[in-house]
Amino acid sequence: MDASHFLMFLVQRLIKALGVVIGVVILAFFLVRLAPGDPALVIAGQSGAADAQFLAQLRQQFGLDKSLGTQLLIYLKGIATLDFGYSHRVQRTVGSLIAERLPATILLTATAFIFAVSVGVTLGVLAARRVGTWADSLITVIALTCYATPLFWVGLIFILVFSIWLNWLPAIGMYSIGEDLHGLAFAWDVAQYLVLPSLTLGLFFMALYARLTRASMLEVATQDFVRTARAKGLKEGPIVRRHILRNALLPVIGFAGVQAGTIVGGSVLVETVFAWPGVGRLAFEALLARDYNLLLGVFIVTSAMAVVINLITDVIYALVDPRIEVGA
Amino acid sequence: MAVDQTYRRLSRRSLIKLTAAGGLASALPSTFLCPEALAQGRKVLNTMITPEPPIAVPGINNQGPTLIVGSKLFEGLLSYSPRLGARPALAKSWEVGSDDLTYTFNLQTGVTWHDGKPFSADDVVFNLTKLHPEVNPRLRATLANIESAVAKDPATVVIKLKTPFEPFILNFDATTLPMLPKHLYEGTDVRNNPANQNPVGTGPFRFGEWQRGNFIRFVKFDKYWQPGKPTLDEIVYRIIPDSNLRGVALQSGQVQMAAFNDIEAFDVPRFRGLPNLEVAINGWELFAPLSWIDINNRVKPLDNPKVRRALSMAIDRNFILNRLWFGVGKVATSPICSSTKFHDASVRLPAFSVAEANKLLDEAGLPRKADGTRFELRFMTLPYGEIWNRLGEYIRQAFGQIGVKLNAEAVDAATWARRVGEWDYDLTVNFVYQWGDPTIGVERTYVSSNIQKITFTNTMGYSNPKVDAAFLKARQSAKAEDRQAAFSEVQKILVDEMPVIWLLELAFPTITDKRLKNVITSATGIHDNFAGVTLG
Repeated sequence: MDASHFLMFLVQRLIKALGVVIGVVILAFFLVRLAPGDPALVIAGQSGAADAQFLAQLRQQFGLDKSLGTQLLIYLKGIATLDFGYSHRVQRTVGSLIAERLPATILLTATAFIFAVSVGVTLGVLAARRVGTWADSLITVIALTCYATPLFWVGLIFILVFSIWLNWLPAIGMYSIGEDLHGLAFAWDVAQYLVLPSLTLGLFFMALYARLTRASMLEVATQDFVRTARAKGLKEGPIVRRHILRNALLPVIGFAGVQAGTIVGGSVLVETVFAWPGVGRLAFEALLARDYNLLLGVFIVTSAMAVVINLITDVIYALVDPRIEVGA
Repeated sequence: MAVDQTYRRLSRRSLIKLTAAGGLASALPSTFLCPEALAQGRKVLNTMITPEPPIAVPGINNQGPTLIVGSKLFEGLLSYSPRLGARPALAKSWEVGSDDLTYTFNLQTGVTWHDGKPFSADDVVFNLTKLHPEVNPRLRATLANIESAVAKDPATVVIKLKTPFEPFILNFDATTLPMLPKHLYEGTDVRNNPANQNPVGTGPFRFGEWQRGNFIRFVKFDKYWQPGKPTLDEIVYRIIPDSNLRGVALQSGQVQMAAFNDIEAFDVPRFRGLPNLEVAINGWELFAPLSWIDINNRVKPLDNPKVRRALSMAIDRNFILNRLWFGVGKVATSPICSSTKFHDASVRLPAFSVAEANKLLDEAGLPRKADGTRFELRFMTLPYGEIWNRLGEYIRQAFGQIGVKLNAEAVDAATWARRVGEWDYDLTVNFVYQWGDPTIGVERTYVSSNIQKITFTNTMGYSNPKVDAAFLKARQSAKAEDRQAAFSEVQKILVDEMPVIWLLELAFPTITDKRLKNVITSATGIHDNFAGVTLG
């Protein structure tokens, strides 16, 4: 694949991606409005007393008195200038709210992702290399257990064991409040808070990668080109690394792309169980309060991220297996 | 009322696990660290707030959590004793003229806002005549009755009413009429004022930091007008979305106080048994949340008072109190809570009797069909957390005994509010604050002039000219005796006609570390400013 070919591919994909994001914006705009109730009603209801005047005031302030089409136009205009609008409930710009919460989610999910891929693939390779032995059985059992156990339950057990019984790791929040830490001390502090939630979030995918890698390795190992390599007298190490693993990783990469794309949605539960101040919970709260602008903002940012990650996955795919035509 | 407790919904599934986790945890010593709580001898009260409030300015937002948090920053002219007597706050004294129309408030001197500007009578006038009439729907009628409010001098405000309004004096605490700074709000778009993000009040604590979804931190205001107060250096409200985790935080000492929605009533027995904690259920006298089964009075056969009475008799309120709420609260006996003024103790709901209820339904011409049921109704459960689901299950079972089949409809909070507002329900559950006086907090539910397509009005569509007349008489009477007579009449009629089925006078448990003192001292409990709270 030469450079210009690759560039063309990138431009094409970016245009497609933009189309997808715009489609998501419009679809999401109407989808969130399908839910019964609107933000004015929620706010009025929560205030414990309301009259028609109060509701009308709120609706006018939120722009809900305009027609849906006008609302969509105003919204699209804002998005075009990266203005995600205003959360009237919280009285902050949606952009600032997401910017404040997104890093926490990215940190959590990226750590979980790295953990899941590295440990999962390693375990999968180990199991495949020692297929039929006790090590293989052990890894398979671990993977199956992690695969079958619900996230929130794992989280609670972690809290019980590591926070309450052993008192090794903190369970609530993202860093120590009121310590005023900086630099390395702060990083160390956050790292301790990060362990349990990222493990909880990562275990399920780790199990998936382990199973996927193992099965894929075993399948590839039976193929002709591996036999040919062996016949040529290559050593076992290079055969495993360059012939088997490289080919076996393709489905794993595909799956990693999927995981990376769904990462924000999947973190809602873990963010709840560990009081992790991330964007997943922000979206959940926004949904309950019918905070349209905020919910849409999170939708758009996360779907844009998913699209970008998809793109990156495709590129990596092509790099791992040059036979795959990127332009196709 | 109405606090959105739906945050619990997500964690409900994990509740099953809580039983395991909680049981195990309670068997273990509390070793959970709380490094920040006692760092460097600073007195920091770590507590929680559920759910996270949208802003911390009461008046502009009136959700429960906003009132709890905001009352540390903002103060009212008065506060109220547990028996609802007025006590000084920003006003050091007050007089009511012999015409029952003139109220004179003498303000404390030397009060400053957190930004250093002096607090004066002008601020009070601005709040009474401009700010609250615009943003506070609950106060609109009360404040519209003000003929004039004048600052006679920087420390004196004279209010003249158009007509006598006896409960007027109950409208001045921090949760109802908090004083917001005129110099920041005058001439601005109040609801979107930047000061809503950086609140400036007169309270003992000033705004420190708010990390959305993580914590809210208030710090001691050094120039607070009461010398030697506050004694706490900081209050940190942690946002902990999962109820199990809130239990863990409390049990482990990571927080020293849980209140309001933090801990569900069915977890209270667990905390009652712990030696380092104290459980209080007072401090809700002004709000007096009263729970009831909300009946759409337009729906047949619910338009028949006999049927509503039968439904009421099928319910064992003591079971609800003791088995579902574990003793937190009281059984309701009339439409007016026992802590609210003009409660008539001689009025009683008909006693629990399934046999009597069955008889009433037979008399109403609603015999059992072959399958044992008489009729079916839609029933929306209140989406405010696990305990309301359990109540819903009990009600279904109780009504089943008299042949009334309920088809449960699970909805989220926004949907619930919309459907109640649109009268699109047969039965649901609700709880509503009473605000100390029936004219303020009870009248709105039953008068025909308040039949509106808006939640927390007379959505049930109940209408009785006698009730309307009695409420009006009570509203317009200046004398307590006349009002008592009117309200006694109202209570008798309402209990007879049963437009809703009253269940419990609710309370919320306040669970505190024993080292924490002076937390609940008034009718508004944890909504006080915490100037006098100490952490030993």
